[in-house]
Amino acid sequence: MSKKKRKATLATKNAIAGYLFILPFIIGFLAFMVVPLVESLRMSFSEVTVNPQAGGFTMEFLGMYNYNEAINIDPEYKIKLIENLQGMLLDLPSTLIFSFFVALLLNQTFKGRGFVRAIFFMPVILSSGVIVGLEYNNELLASMKDVIAESSNASSITTVLQDMLVTEGSETEQFFGFVFDMIDHVYDIAIQSGIQIIIFLSGLQTISPSMFEAAKIEGCTAWECFWKITLPMVSSLILVNIIYTIIDYFCRSDNEVMDYISTRMINQMDYDLSSAMAWIYFVCCMVIIGIISLIISKRVYYYE
Amino acid sequence: MSKRQKKWQAFMERNRKSNGYLMRKTLFNIGYKFCRAVLIFGLCFLIIQPLINKISLSFMEQQDLYDSTIVNIPRHFSTENYKLSSELMDYWKALGTTAYISLFVSILQVGAATLVGYGFARYKFPLKNFWFFMVILVIIVPPQTIMTSLYLNFTYFDPLGIFSLITGKPLNMINTIIPYLLLCIGCMGLKSGLYIYLIRQFFRNVPKDIEEAAYVDGCGKFKTFYRIMLPDAKPIITSCFLFAFVWQWTDKFYTQMFLRKYTLLSTKLNGLAGSLDAFVKGAGIAEKAEQAYSSAIIATGTLMTIIPLLVIYVFAQKGFVESLSQSGIKM
Repeated sequence: MSKKKRKATLATKNAIAGYLFILPFIIGFLAFMVVPLVESLRMSFSEVTVNPQAGGFTMEFLGMYNYNEAINIDPEYKIKLIENLQGMLLDLPSTLIFSFFVALLLNQTFKGRGFVRAIFFMPVILSSGVIVGLEYNNELLASMKDVIAESSNASSITTVLQDMLVTEGSETEQFFGFVFDMIDHVYDIAIQSGIQIIIFLSGLQTISPSMFEAAKIEGCTAWECFWKITLPMVSSLILVNIIYTIIDYFCRSDNEVMDYISTRMINQMDYDLSSAMAWIYFVCCMVIIGIISLIISKRVYYYE
Repeated sequence: MSKRQKKWQAFMERNRKSNGYLMRKTLFNIGYKFCRAVLIFGLCFLIIQPLINKISLSFMEQQDLYDSTIVNIPRHFSTENYKLSSELMDYWKALGTTAYISLFVSILQVGAATLVGYGFARYKFPLKNFWFFMVILVIIVPPQTIMTSLYLNFTYFDPLGIFSLITGKPLNMINTIIPYLLLCIGCMGLKSGLYIYLIRQFFRNVPKDIEEAAYVDGCGKFKTFYRIMLPDAKPIITSCFLFAFVWQWTDKFYTQMFLRKYTLLSTKLNGLAGSLDAFVKGAGIAEKAEQAYSSAIIATGTLMTIIPLLVIYVFAQKGFVESLSQSGIKM
């Protein structure tokens, strides 16, 4: 009897200790996440008037007015939103394929692997925050490229290939267009897939070598090993990476929609309209994440 | 017979015995390695190239920028760009402020994340899964969604009406660093959710035996965490700290929101083109700076901003990359 009682107190003690450890998170979450989230949702449905004398701001319920204004009346928002979501959907597969490919490369043993890894992860550090935005504004590089292309009178390899492979008006045009678009943006893809490479690499390293050994003894080729072992084993990480890529895309500082929302909010003080815009964007992203994870999670293979 | 010839003969002998399989395999391997090396070199060059380009731009004089025969190595070597951008960016002051704010903020962030991550990894408590789902939610929700409300709330800071009771009106905290520090302590700072996730992942993989031994020996819960688990977790904490430091260093969003009063490198760099235009106009040279020139100045400014980070990365990259790729991220 007494033993049982002591056990119960230990569990309670542990529970209390656990809550004490995560207390900062709970307080922060309630104060700086739940409250603002609810409030910004309320703001998006009402008209916010800032009134310094009366101590703060007042809200007046308006219904869907702000949403209507954001989508139907505002001249830029809708176009930017659609372009942005399209860009995200195009970026997603290329980032995933590239990062998986690089992770496979970096997982092999070769001379100078540490050095190469260091270079590949450098963008994680160097292309963050302000620098990304500046990188895109670098029009000098673009104009220099044009000058060089004109003066040397040679087109790039990709354009030549594109001319050869793509017959206009055919079904393949769209597909090849996507592929060539991806090749042209390989730099952008390379600098934004640092974390995804790390995630895939960590997954690849947890696959036990004995599995490959067994497969090899059974007569599996490297190609078969890839499809039957490597891909299923990291398939759960593909989902993680998809979610991370989408989130990263809307948190990036050169995201036009977010930029637009910030300027509306800080410079023009449209608190109600900007929160409605932010919510529309957020819901769109959530829907995309939801659909993709529904499709993918059925195909994911969980080992253990 | 020289050594090499002997080796070759032995190889041919083995090749003959395997019906030419060895030869084919070796040739294939060499070809594969060559292709891989070319590919890796190309990709590395792709990533490094903009950096090299910036370095060469930053040393060029204005006339070199328009000379199409100059690609990488400047003909008129000068450090004039550095002088001008450090003047425009108020570099040394901004560097100092950025350094101490980033340090302070990232220590708070990672400290809070370590406590929370440890709690999630090691203790069983009711609603644990619910709270962990909330951590994931924090990672997912973009800060922009809640910013409007946070901004207004901190401008008219008035929890439970305390400040209006004392001073008659709410406190304006938006121009101080306090709101941001509060966010960091509450694990709501820049990417705090990610740090919690990584640290929890690390602690989950540490075997429980050491801790249990400590408990048996009569070590308290917090002391166990502090004296036994924390020293173990050094690699992951260091890399989270580095992430926090670096991301804070270049962050634009939170800086714009909460730290506008401070002279920070990221704000200065963001406004560099504008201040260059103003400078050129003020000097009476032209209405606006030429585009090529302003790009060169921006490249210089970017370099000056990231040089400290590059130095840190060079020293820390090994532990950084290894600890992250071994943390075993799982869903």
